[in-house]
Amino acid sequence: MRRTIAALAAVTLLGLAGCATDEPAAGPSGSASAAGSGTGEQSKFFVQADYDAELALLDATATGPADRPWEQVLNPKMVETAKFKKAGPHKLCFSNAALNNPWRQVGFKTMQAEVEAQGSRIKEFVHVDAEGKDQKQIADINDLLGKGCDALIVSPNTTATLTPAVTAACKAGLPVIVFDRGVDTPCPVTFINPIGGYGFGHVGAEFVSQRMKPGGKLLALRILPGVDVLETRWSAAKVAFDKAGVDVVGVEFTDGDPAKTKKIVNDYIQRHGTIDGVWMDAGAVAVAAVEAFQDAGKPVPPINGEDQLDFLKLWKDKGLTAIAPTYPTYQWRTPIIAALRILDGQPVSNPWKLPQPTVTQENLDSYLDLDMPPLHYAMCGCTDLPGYPQRWK
Amino acid sequence: MQTVQRPPLPLRLLRVRPGGLVPIIALLAVLLILVAVRQPDFFAPPSLMSFLGRSAPIILLAAGQYFVIVSGEFDLSVGALVTAQVVVAARLIDSEPAHTWPVVLLLLGFGALVGLVNGLITTRLRVPSFITTLGMLLILLGAVYLWSDGAPKGGLSDEFRRFGRWAFEDVPVLGRVPYALIVLLAFAALAVLVARSDFGRTLIAVGDNPRTAELSGVRVWRHRTIAFVLSGVAAAVAAILIGGYSGVSFQAGAGLEFGAITAVVLGGVALGGGRGSVVGAMLGALSLELLFALMNFYGVSGALRSTVQGAIILLAVAVSAPRSSSR
Repeated sequence: MRRTIAALAAVTLLGLAGCATDEPAAGPSGSASAAGSGTGEQSKFFVQADYDAELALLDATATGPADRPWEQVLNPKMVETAKFKKAGPHKLCFSNAALNNPWRQVGFKTMQAEVEAQGSRIKEFVHVDAEGKDQKQIADINDLLGKGCDALIVSPNTTATLTPAVTAACKAGLPVIVFDRGVDTPCPVTFINPIGGYGFGHVGAEFVSQRMKPGGKLLALRILPGVDVLETRWSAAKVAFDKAGVDVVGVEFTDGDPAKTKKIVNDYIQRHGTIDGVWMDAGAVAVAAVEAFQDAGKPVPPINGEDQLDFLKLWKDKGLTAIAPTYPTYQWRTPIIAALRILDGQPVSNPWKLPQPTVTQENLDSYLDLDMPPLHYAMCGCTDLPGYPQRWK
Repeated sequence: MQTVQRPPLPLRLLRVRPGGLVPIIALLAVLLILVAVRQPDFFAPPSLMSFLGRSAPIILLAAGQYFVIVSGEFDLSVGALVTAQVVVAARLIDSEPAHTWPVVLLLLGFGALVGLVNGLITTRLRVPSFITTLGMLLILLGAVYLWSDGAPKGGLSDEFRRFGRWAFEDVPVLGRVPYALIVLLAFAALAVLVARSDFGRTLIAVGDNPRTAELSGVRVWRHRTIAFVLSGVAAAVAAILIGGYSGVSFQAGAGLEFGAITAVVLGGVALGGGRGSVVGAMLGALSLELLFALMNFYGVSGALRSTVQGAIILLAVAVSAPRSSSR
């Protein structure tokens, strides 16, 4: 009897162990020795033309008010929207992929504040959170079509799976606005997003590879594989590292988790003695990576983060050699502005490419607001909105 | 594990018996030699101290898990409890130094409460502890997710984080002694005292044969419930150290329950209860961490860690099963 119980217990434990620790296969690090500088094969998501276009946009001048980057457009291509003209006030509906990370939390608060700021023109704002599930979002969009929305804003959870749902929404005749992640159909009136992943990845990788000592060891930290906006960041970084001849000793997935990140960085410090540069595809765990060096008593090498305030503060306090490319949260304001312009029948740009500023040593002080919480994003463009700063705290 | 029985001299003091310390000490010695061959720098005081500090949470969890397992039960909820505690702490402290101590006390109380609920459901409602604590795992993760809207909020104060991150600097010989190591030593001593007390000895009897224990006047349910409470408190202390070490994270405690159970099994504690020692369980945790460090030095992918844990659990059951049937 005892034996049966113990054996049963062991089997159950093993089953649980299997599903609880779903660590992604460390493919890139496994194949590291094969490729020249350790960056492995290029990502399937890499498209040379898009890469070239995004890098060109980094130097482009935006049109629109300079102090309101969420209204600016890079290389505008205006489309007519007269057929959507409608008398207000309007009912705006928003199908949101998820609220499951601080970036989306800050973004959504910014969007709510923008709705409040435009209160006289919006009679109702309906928000449905798909909680990161494709199936729920497909159902959400379908439900919203029956709710008499004047315009539909979609932030898709995944590109391919949500495309049919967005196509169906376009066919229903109301203006559809897509932002953040894209869909594989030209049917939305406009697709709003910043320059994009290639630009983000390139800026960080170029900085780190230029500042680290020649031939030094670089550790690349990625959140997870297979998401287009993150794959493009890595693929642009890979191009930069291959060009600079950097020795990429590891490409690891962190799941965006600080505990795991700190462990990984610590493992690499122990294994290699020193790490001379750290590149990451998203800044959420940059602080954990820096702490790993501090706790190991090692100098923090050149590193890139993002515009999250905890990282900016650490950067300033410890005098890091750092850079922070951004994926600005102010883009959450733009869909509301776009929706109202479309319902006015005014032309809007499609695609609506927003500028993507970079936090550097020179402008760090202007973005560092110590009164805001550590997980807030500096690039929220929200200081002029109702409820600032309390709403974001 | 049984093949490496070459006890060095001082170990003659320890009795060689099933569930004894000899196998785990031998294993630890082998691992230490292997690490010394591969990466001698590892034994430089700063690196060794930081390793011990980082291993403190899992050693504490193993000590807590020991009490539950030796009494014949399982606690699968500790990993989720650690995650819940870290997320709750961040939200309640909200980067405010003054909230640190009240929240620390609250966490210890919360850990004890979760252990109490686990224990009472298992013993009074007679739900197998596997199911009880699995349910608790899901409840805790779900509740935390709901409460925080899926993204951690707030922040841990530096005062809170110092337990897991800071160290006594400039200590002679050792250099830097992490607070976590001091916390570990204090709680390890406490765990040994509890294990050697009447309670600790009775607990083993309960795990060995609950019926006999019951008939000889032991309140089995009470002993087992207290074991769960000890595990919950150990998880709370581990959560304070882990939250301090790595900050707010939804995966702070992911997989720790398996780490703790593997460590306990590795330390010679019989799954199903009735045999083992808390020192063995803690050394098991240390060996497991050392094994992972060794795998890292050899460049073995971190993804293999769960496989290794699984193999150890299987092997331990396979090795211990014939012995328990021969009794």
